[in-house]
Amino acid sequence: MIPDLECTGLTRRFGETLAVDDVSFSVPAGSFFSILGPSGCGKTTIMRMIAGFLEPTSGDIAIKGRSVLDVAPNKRPVNMVFQHLALFPMMNIEANIGYGLRRAGMSKGDIARKVDEVLDRIGLPGIGKRKVDELSGGQKQRVAIARCMVLEPDVLLLDEPLGALDLKLRERMKIELKSLQAAFDTTFVYITHDQSEALVMSDHIAVMNNGRFEQVGAGQDLYYRPETAFVAGFVGDSNRWRGTVERVAGDAVELRTETGLTMRAAAKGQAANGGAVDIFVRPEAIRLAREPGDLAGFDNRLSGTVGSLLFNGAASRIIVESGEAGGEIEVTLPQSGEFADLKRGAPVHVGWSAAQANCFAANGG
Amino acid sequence: MAAHARIGFVLLLMPILLWLVLLIIIPHVDMLLISLRERVGVGEYRTSLANYVTIATEPLYMRTFMRTAVMSVLATLITLLIAFPVSYYIAKMARGRVRSVLFLLCLIPFWVSELVRTFGWMILLRETGVISQFLQWAGLVSGPVEMLYNDAAIMVGLVYTSMLFMVVPLVTTLDSLDDSVIEAGYDLGGSGWSVMREIVIPHAVPGIVSGCIVVFMLSLGNYLTPTMLGGKDSLWFTEMIYSQFIVRFNWELGAAFGFMLLFASSVIVWGMLRLTGQTLERTMG
Amino acid sequence: MKNLLLTLTAGVAGTALLAGAAQADTLRLLTWGGYAPENVIEKFEAETGHTVEVTMSNNEEMIAKLRATGGGGFDLAQPSQDRIKGPQEEFGIYKPIDLSKIDADQFTASMLEATKANSTVDGEVYAVPHIWGTSGLIVNKAEAEGVKDYTDLCNPDLEGKVSYRLKRPTLIAFAFSMGMDPFEAYGDEDAYTEIMEKVEKKLIECKPVVKTYWSGGDELLNLVRSGEVVAAMAWDTGGWKLNADNADINFVAPASGALGWIDTFVLPAKGKADDAAYDWINFVMQPEVAAMITESAGNFTASKGADEYASDTLKAQYQGSFSPEAVDNIKWYPPVPAGLEAIEGGILDRVKAAQ
Repeated sequence: MIPDLECTGLTRRFGETLAVDDVSFSVPAGSFFSILGPSGCGKTTIMRMIAGFLEPTSGDIAIKGRSVLDVAPNKRPVNMVFQHLALFPMMNIEANIGYGLRRAGMSKGDIARKVDEVLDRIGLPGIGKRKVDELSGGQKQRVAIARCMVLEPDVLLLDEPLGALDLKLRERMKIELKSLQAAFDTTFVYITHDQSEALVMSDHIAVMNNGRFEQVGAGQDLYYRPETAFVAGFVGDSNRWRGTVERVAGDAVELRTETGLTMRAAAKGQAANGGAVDIFVRPEAIRLAREPGDLAGFDNRLSGTVGSLLFNGAASRIIVESGEAGGEIEVTLPQSGEFADLKRGAPVHVGWSAAQANCFAANGG
Repeated sequence: MAAHARIGFVLLLMPILLWLVLLIIIPHVDMLLISLRERVGVGEYRTSLANYVTIATEPLYMRTFMRTAVMSVLATLITLLIAFPVSYYIAKMARGRVRSVLFLLCLIPFWVSELVRTFGWMILLRETGVISQFLQWAGLVSGPVEMLYNDAAIMVGLVYTSMLFMVVPLVTTLDSLDDSVIEAGYDLGGSGWSVMREIVIPHAVPGIVSGCIVVFMLSLGNYLTPTMLGGKDSLWFTEMIYSQFIVRFNWELGAAFGFMLLFASSVIVWGMLRLTGQTLERTMG
Repeated sequence: MKNLLLTLTAGVAGTALLAGAAQADTLRLLTWGGYAPENVIEKFEAETGHTVEVTMSNNEEMIAKLRATGGGGFDLAQPSQDRIKGPQEEFGIYKPIDLSKIDADQFTASMLEATKANSTVDGEVYAVPHIWGTSGLIVNKAEAEGVKDYTDLCNPDLEGKVSYRLKRPTLIAFAFSMGMDPFEAYGDEDAYTEIMEKVEKKLIECKPVVKTYWSGGDELLNLVRSGEVVAAMAWDTGGWKLNADNADINFVAPASGALGWIDTFVLPAKGKADDAAYDWINFVMQPEVAAMITESAGNFTASKGADEYASDTLKAQYQGSFSPEAVDNIKWYPPVPAGLEAIEGGILDRVKAAQ
């Protein structure tokens, strides 16, 4: 099957700066694809090249198998939901949604019918005559999507459209966006710097850094099986050490951290004897125990005291202070309630398996 | 405490109130009274509408007024046509230094007095002037050409004088239009022209209207440019007011002219606002 | 108590100061450009201790300014003698001159008498003469030899090379040139209107020949100097100034007579420094001082004996333009009766508006 969107060797320079560096990816029809990365990583540049506002320095963009490089932005079968939505303030809702249809030369009656239809689908029937500034943030969001979807684009681009919303609404809109995507059955390409947005909504996520894709995969892959140190550090929280490899045995390595802790870990990619590495261990991968004997099965074990308790409902954690670790370790508090009476300063023991400690060759970063 | 606040408020308001009452309201009331006077003999006056009757019945005055109004409207439109692309470029395309330099260029004519500016145009346009000599030197014309003393010269002068007052409000409103709104227009299938017509211009309407009002008023009330650049046929309404007051000693008719100008320009501005669906608060606020 | 005393003392001291100031006043002079040159003011200030503030203007604006304030804001003004009687009757903006404070011996007697006669309202004299001159034609002989009278400015051969003002002197000049006597008709509004209507017809007929109606003196001088205009109606000193640069251009006294004007001294009704005003009049009428003003303004004064101090160039230019017969033929403006301006105004507006 031909993918809806396929970019090959996409590169863009701004003077001396390489904003997008030889990026290739393809987005299957009907999927939700996110590009996740910190600001300035080049994700907006990719988006603008797909929309046609920027020309690639080299590489190709194909939509449904056809290159669109020489197609003007107003003729491309892609539409974009802008960061601040960019609804037309001088028009009412109806005119906003009908704008693209009018440009396509559709008859008035058909436009009115299609506008009503799409307003129904986004669950806002009868608001056609209202002004843009009479709508709430969430309603504007849906109108902005409807304005694009009414044109039935092959690909819908979304440029951090939730950025301006407050937290509560953002949480709701994540779910809503996902269901809208399913309802319209259109390919969404979504860019964001917010990992939770990407993880919740996307079928596939590309993590981008410094103009390159670090890793492309499903949310679970990125979270549990990061392929680079950047992905491990950027997606989800981790305890992080820097160390040197002491012994290599297949995928398993034994290493010593800068703080003097000996640790067994799973090597991702190249890890050579004596090489500098970064080690990432997720807080929920660490087991907490009152007695050292409870942790006998783990490759890595430590003891320390409770430094502080970070209560956050289901995501509560404690900070364990340990001389052996040379600092603090964040550990997720099990929800079973067995540690509910834990106090500050209480002695505890922690342990984790080598498989849960991902170690990457350090690249100076 | 409340009394203190009140006094403070009154004191704050005092300058503007004094200015309004002493310099605007009182002189206007006085003018109105003068315009309602008729001279019946040496130093003798009576109240009558004679001056307004004169305006209505003397075709010359009406014609001059119409001519002034039509030329001012035309000057306003030409200014708008020239200033819009300039403002669009300054607001949306130029960046950094270029932007400031362009803005400065619009401002430069106002560093010299209006008189000097007008003399500048006279030096350029006159028969023995720079342009005429250049055309002869280039061999495009065989003899000297006179470009001064006609309506086109007035128009050039008026448009030149008015440019800044159109560019400033336009740049301000265009600046406030988010670039992404324009991009959205293209993205959703709009062409350059339709984005301009459906998005940029509707957004800029308050700026266009306020610019037009200012330029129209400036042109209508301009005295120096029409009298100096205009030809032997170029009667301007302000010139008539001036001559009634100063040359003819006929303050009564001059005051009536003044009121007619005030009234007619208010009507035209009101009509312009109605036509574009704008309110004074929105365009001037 | 102490405060009251202090205030009183300060008040007395202030009054004393004011009284002292009355001896050395500030003279607010409303006059024409060139009539109060720097060197004359310096000399006057040094001799009398008064200070002089000059506001430059023209006939119409002087009267408009004085009318707006009811004759206040200035201590001495210099309108032409034909603009004394009418405005005084209509607006009462001047006060009578105390002739005993004027040194009559410094004046050319005939001119003083003429001005007194022309500026008498209800038996009071309101003006004394200062500077006189004429208006007529400025002609570039090389290009427009044939221009001898005002109506010659209508010659189609000169199309686009002629200029004059659209002001009352032009109306009067054309009337004389067309063989009528507008001054004779001053008292009779109907007769005057009839004359003016004929002039209107003539001026509209002549309009295609005109390049532009000039409004500022420098504008006209530039037009003639650059050769864009070869014949114009203007005043004598303008012609002599141009003559100094280009011998072909000179002032020509028209066949129907140059129009003579006399600018005067008048006291505005609410003037505050009358003594300083009289001091100034007596000061500038001294022959040496009058000659300095002639040098600056270009025109001769009513000061007796000042001609001897005038420059030879100016005298030669004057004699070149005015033969003895031409001097006799000068038409001196009589006082303009109030109300004539309205008639002339309508005529001028129609000429300007005519296509």
